[in-house]
Amino acid sequence: MSLKEKLVSSFLAFELDTDINSPIHDIRSKSIKEFEKVGFPDKKNEFWKYTPIKKVLNEELTIFKKKRHLIEFDKVKDFFLGGIESYKIVFIDGMYDPLWSSTTHKGADICILSSVLENKKYSNVISKYYNTIVDSKESFSLLNTSFSKEGAYVNIPKNIELDKPIEIIHINSGGESSLMLQPRNLIILEKGSKAQIVESHYSLIGKNNISPYTFPGYIDPLTNTLTEIHVEENANLDYYKIQNDLDTTSIIDNTYINQKKNSVASCHTFSFGGNIVRNNLNFYQNGKNINSILKGITILGSNQHTDHHTLVHHANPNCESYQEYKGIYNDKSTGVFNGKVIVDRVAQKINAFQQNNNLLVGDHSSVNTKPQLEIFADDVKCSHGCTIGQLDKSALFYLKTRGITEKDAKGLLTYAFANNVLENVKMQVLKIKIKKIIANKIGVSLGFEL
Amino acid sequence: MAYTEEELKKELEQQEYQYGFTTKIESETFPVGLNEDIVRSISKKKNEPKWMTDWRLDAFSAWKKMEEPEWSNVTYKKPDFQAISYFSAPKTNTKYKSLDEVDPELLKTFDKLGISIEEQKKLSGVAVDIVMDSVSVATTFRETLAKDGIIFCSISEAIKDYPDLVKKYIGKVIPKKDNFYAALNSAVFSDGSFCYIPKGVKCPMELSTYFRINQAGTGQFERTLVIADEGSYVSYLEGCTAPSRDENQLHAAVVELIALDNAEIKYSTVQNWYPGNKQGKGGVFNFVTKRGLCHNNSKISWTQVETGSAVTWKYPSCILKGDNSIGEFYSIAVTNNYQQADTGTKMIHLGKNTKSTIISKGISAGKSQNSYRGLVHIGKRAENARNFSQCDSLLMGNNCGAHTFPYIEAKNKSAQIEHEATTSKIGEDQIFYCNQRGINVEKAIALIVNGFSKEVLNKLPMEFAVEAQKLLEISLEGSVG
Repeated sequence: MSLKEKLVSSFLAFELDTDINSPIHDIRSKSIKEFEKVGFPDKKNEFWKYTPIKKVLNEELTIFKKKRHLIEFDKVKDFFLGGIESYKIVFIDGMYDPLWSSTTHKGADICILSSVLENKKYSNVISKYYNTIVDSKESFSLLNTSFSKEGAYVNIPKNIELDKPIEIIHINSGGESSLMLQPRNLIILEKGSKAQIVESHYSLIGKNNISPYTFPGYIDPLTNTLTEIHVEENANLDYYKIQNDLDTTSIIDNTYINQKKNSVASCHTFSFGGNIVRNNLNFYQNGKNINSILKGITILGSNQHTDHHTLVHHANPNCESYQEYKGIYNDKSTGVFNGKVIVDRVAQKINAFQQNNNLLVGDHSSVNTKPQLEIFADDVKCSHGCTIGQLDKSALFYLKTRGITEKDAKGLLTYAFANNVLENVKMQVLKIKIKKIIANKIGVSLGFEL
Repeated sequence: MAYTEEELKKELEQQEYQYGFTTKIESETFPVGLNEDIVRSISKKKNEPKWMTDWRLDAFSAWKKMEEPEWSNVTYKKPDFQAISYFSAPKTNTKYKSLDEVDPELLKTFDKLGISIEEQKKLSGVAVDIVMDSVSVATTFRETLAKDGIIFCSISEAIKDYPDLVKKYIGKVIPKKDNFYAALNSAVFSDGSFCYIPKGVKCPMELSTYFRINQAGTGQFERTLVIADEGSYVSYLEGCTAPSRDENQLHAAVVELIALDNAEIKYSTVQNWYPGNKQGKGGVFNFVTKRGLCHNNSKISWTQVETGSAVTWKYPSCILKGDNSIGEFYSIAVTNNYQQADTGTKMIHLGKNTKSTIISKGISAGKSQNSYRGLVHIGKRAENARNFSQCDSLLMGNNCGAHTFPYIEAKNKSAQIEHEATTSKIGEDQIFYCNQRGINVEKAIALIVNGFSKEVLNKLPMEFAVEAQKLLEISLEGSVG
């Protein structure tokens, strides 16, 4: 039986555990039916041209989890931001872990999706927002909608500026073979509200950067996550994604952001590893004077593969979007960037900028990039730039003449190359954490305080 | 009296496609439809040797299994391949010995096109091969060229007279099963130009082909093969027009360029097929496959000015196989009314120290759609490959669209690739500035568009640059407003 058939038939068993009279059930059954039609994308699909997703779609994968795995705090404490107060929503193997979480219903709703989805009190919110901006033809989004029942739920009420950042942490214990996880987050920022959210995906690390539980025949977990974000008028969101995973685990991430008038939303994606990582980041601008910021740093090694697909749809006048993605590729790693900007006919006075810079370091590393513009309005300023290259030889020489070793000089320049993406990171703790990861990844000892 | 934009618009609407006449020349046209017999008859009609007939049949059987591609960013009613006649030739005696024997009607046609063969012969020193309804009707300057050992003739003659050369190179750059339209062309091509420049020869004049579709209900499938032997140089021009007709006509050409070691080929095109009327009715479907192969230290340069055709779909490409080879692509694509263009290039870097430059300027006006689609591929063994790409789009009015689809694939870490794209419009301030200085709106637009496309126009040979400049003005006048 193929994975597709298996998943479709799993739906019957999955249903048994859910309330089939709820409106969510309708959404789920519709999605699984659509998924049955669409199936998994193959290489002929333009959107998956450069990512061999088939490699991770193992037939053994299952959505059913066998048991709960306990993890000692020592092993995961580095996964938390630390140093500051924060709201935390922690999931282990897709299940909520109340022990390390700190949620609230005071002032704002910061809790788990399962407690909201089938609660009458929230039915208005759910029908207004849930699954309303998700691509109804995209295989993995459909799959997530069919099977997801757990994830983070955040609702910041009108004119509230959240006092602390929110951490959404997904941990793979790796204790179980062939698990396919379907986490789902729903984030709503009401008019004039403000929040900072950090979403991260980690796995327990064993020897050689693979799962500590690995046994012969072990099949690594595949996470298929979906995040729906609604940013209402005048609201302001900073969203950070950290993907620093094992060489063997894979993530498919679909994020949909719907912005209303005068809102600002930024999304930083830090991809530092994973077997195959695919990010579909979609921004829809539904109002005037909207600003969207998409930034990313990708540093890969070994056989890792990361694919960034971004879409910014300018449907209204006087909006801006700014994209900046940098990639550093070591060893045999491969990177993909596919950025798409659509400017509708009515969307005049748009300012859209897109930049993608790549450093190829590894002898067998490669990059495929496709910065795409589709423009139907004339009074716009749209530009994109894309480079692939190496470190500047004269800059390297300059540093060497000042007594810095070649290795350190390269490290410094590489660090500087990636660093300016961090400019807009407002959370100081996070900035330092990322800088440390970057310095560590490129093996440079920075002679200065971060 | 000030010249208002309204007046300009009106004038423009009355501006007809000036090459839209038909010539009353008796033609011999095959019945419509396509099957193996038609392919055989074309081959037989042209007295081709058996290997050529077999080659065509092979391509035809491959074509039958292929599906028409749909990935491009254009929409059109697919041509019915059984409703086209695959061979149409001006009905005349076999071959002309001199121009005097050519049908005077035919000569008049060329006069109207502005390419008086006589005049060209005397003044500009351009050798012309004219292909009308897919049959080569006249080739000038053959003897002068022959002195240098240059072969310049129609491809059907080449198949007969130089079978070894043709056999060696045809289908080598664009395999007959390369794509849907290339396969179709390989099966049914009726004529085209053939050019061979021997070792170390610098072709003393510009070579030129002029294509024209005359007969209604026919498709034009010509094939061009240019071979520049070691150390040689050639500059090749290509121009095209077609009568105004309500139905869509199909043009599916194949152009193969081969630059051997140290050779250089410069290939320029001014494409001005009938673009259809203001309502988007009629016009030529221009689905062309063009590709060049570079050996060591050689250079291929494509320059194109695309102003015509209802739908254009073409990607002149360079395969930089040899070390130190260079590929260039300079393009201006103008779309107006309901025209659609999906054009760009492919630069495939395989050899060491290869370089490529892409400059693409897209200008869209009216209700047209203009796309740039390009590929820069750096192979695993292509050390020190260098690419620079720049695609700029100019939008006029808000009913048109400009799109870019650049694919960049780097598999070697020593590659250096830069890609830039911008989209803009003609600013009111720019026009105002010109107006202040006594330049009217019409001239101001021409000035700005010329400046916008200067980098490409500069690459065209003199005779073409003037024509191209005029074409740009005609295609775009009054589009702003």
